[in-house]
Amino acid sequence: MKVDLSWIDYLIMIIYFLFVLGIGVFLRKYMKNANAFLEAGRSMPAWVAGLAFISTNLGALEVMGMTGSGMKYGMMTTHFYWIGAIPAMIFLAVFMMPFYYGSKARSVPEFLKLRFDEKTRGLNAILFAVMTVLASGISMYALAILMENLLGWNFNLCLWISALIVLGYTYLGGLSSAIYNEVLQFFIIVIGLLPLVFLSLKDIGGWVGLKAKLAPIAVAKGYAADTFTTTWRHTGDALANPLGVEWYGVLFGLGFVLSFGYWCTNFLIVQRAFAAESKAAAKKVPLIGAIPKMFIPFLIIVPGIIALALFNDPTKGFTLPLDAGGKPIYDYTIIMLLKQYLPAGVLGLGITALLASFMSGMAGNVSAFNTVWTYDIYQSYIRPRTSNEEADGKHYLKVGRIATVFGILLSIASAYIASKFGNIMDFLQTIFSLINAPLFAVIFLGMFWKRTTGHAAFTGLLSGFLLALLHHGLTIPAGATTLVKGGWIAVLHTYPVEMAQNFWTAIIAFTVSAVVTVGLTFITKQKKSDEELHGLVYSLTPRELDDSHLSWYERPVGLAILVSVICIVLTIMFW
Amino acid sequence: MVDIRIPIGLMFTIIGLLISIFGVVTMSNTEMYHKSMGINVNIIMGLLMLVFGLIMLYFARRKKKT
Repeated sequence: MKVDLSWIDYLIMIIYFLFVLGIGVFLRKYMKNANAFLEAGRSMPAWVAGLAFISTNLGALEVMGMTGSGMKYGMMTTHFYWIGAIPAMIFLAVFMMPFYYGSKARSVPEFLKLRFDEKTRGLNAILFAVMTVLASGISMYALAILMENLLGWNFNLCLWISALIVLGYTYLGGLSSAIYNEVLQFFIIVIGLLPLVFLSLKDIGGWVGLKAKLAPIAVAKGYAADTFTTTWRHTGDALANPLGVEWYGVLFGLGFVLSFGYWCTNFLIVQRAFAAESKAAAKKVPLIGAIPKMFIPFLIIVPGIIALALFNDPTKGFTLPLDAGGKPIYDYTIIMLLKQYLPAGVLGLGITALLASFMSGMAGNVSAFNTVWTYDIYQSYIRPRTSNEEADGKHYLKVGRIATVFGILLSIASAYIASKFGNIMDFLQTIFSLINAPLFAVIFLGMFWKRTTGHAAFTGLLSGFLLALLHHGLTIPAGATTLVKGGWIAVLHTYPVEMAQNFWTAIIAFTVSAVVTVGLTFITKQKKSDEELHGLVYSLTPRELDDSHLSWYERPVGLAILVSVICIVLTIMFW
Repeated sequence: MVDIRIPIGLMFTIIGLLISIFGVVTMSNTEMYHKSMGINVNIIMGLLMLVFGLIMLYFARRKKKT
């Protein structure tokens, strides 16, 4: 089962490590104050921030998980990309970015403070800080266990070295270094996985050969023959597709609540657009990121679907490691495919691509954590700003650097907890993932309805979160054996698959939060004056400057139309 | 600040050269390329990376002049 690496593979990894750290060393001299360190001095060109935007999202769990999902759900996994990301990214770019960037807020919690009040910011900042540390700990654990099982590396060594490299370049060069490296990592991920896509497709006889091979597998599982190679065709009935969700669940749960919650409010992602050099550039960031995003399924999901065909064809000799319960570990699909097709040389490149995806995700977590800690917790509650701006800049730079070290140490600690109590970590992550959907409801109402009050937003956020928690406690996916998956209060409803439960939890969180916020807005008093809300709310912000002198592809709306057209064409092609 | 295309260009040029040379040296090793169906993916990917690296460097240099 082990993957054997040769000297050339290690040499490629070492060259990559040197460049990643080198970028940090080189940027060190520009880190003169907190603004440069935590916000990249708001100086990034749109294309750099745009690629970093998508690279942060392309973490190790995404790459490993989506290839595994490709194997489990087939082409329907693209719902996480086409319907489940692109509309939200366009909405963020065109409608939300002007207020986020124009507000001069340095983080999403700070936007909540400017638009609503201190308590809403505090609640979000603390939940977000805990969530980022958990997320980076879990992905660190996933990477280290993968490397231990399949490359024979030492778990502890792997954990500490990967953490120290990320610490090295984020400590030295801050957000700029994270962003620059994310661009480099983006290209390494794409180029490193490219040979896998071509070789596996060639082996299986192209798309036509793949369809032919998957038809009997789908029929044997009780689905229609083309289930694994289509996306929307079999969503009329939840039981007719492996995702276990109907079309309206996909459309509203994934396409609206989950994706808008993630893409429009998750500071980890949005921070890349905050670092853009101008408001016009910030609006373009998510749209530039959307272009590669639409094609990533061909890089990571299609090989997963091919793995399903290989797995059912004994002549191919493709296997997956089994877990303690004897079930295949789907998350290992990508690395077993690398082993199957890539000879020494490009194999090292493929492993480097996995390491790069891990680092881009982890650096994203760390740079978002240190910003929220420094500005939204330390500066707000521990040591407020003084009149001396220059000394403050230096002081908060130091705090930001210390927060970087602590963020990484806490991630390592949570990786060790995950290795001992994996279920608890899964549970915590499920719970903290419930904060995004209510957050989107509140920010959306805040941006487009000037009456929305602070008390209403805070209560909406909290009640959406608690109700989602209650729903998780009262429902369970079919076949679940642990309370971690739900039903820890009582079981009132059973979903066919876990995915369906996730969708409905998010839908409930969003709906409750929106209803409570709207309801309470009518009975509480708006404490912010119209002047204070200038630039934060749609109706109180002057219209954009005219950009009609630019060519269509330089204008956000032109780019947004291009992205929509490509996305619609892809959806129809694989309907 | 530094132009990000310079480190990207340098890294891809170096790794591209390395992999393509490795591909040339191992060309006669049919056992090794059995996995990739007899295709020498190292030469192909190496050259692709080299070209990509040089294009990045070219654009970084052209911008510096203007």
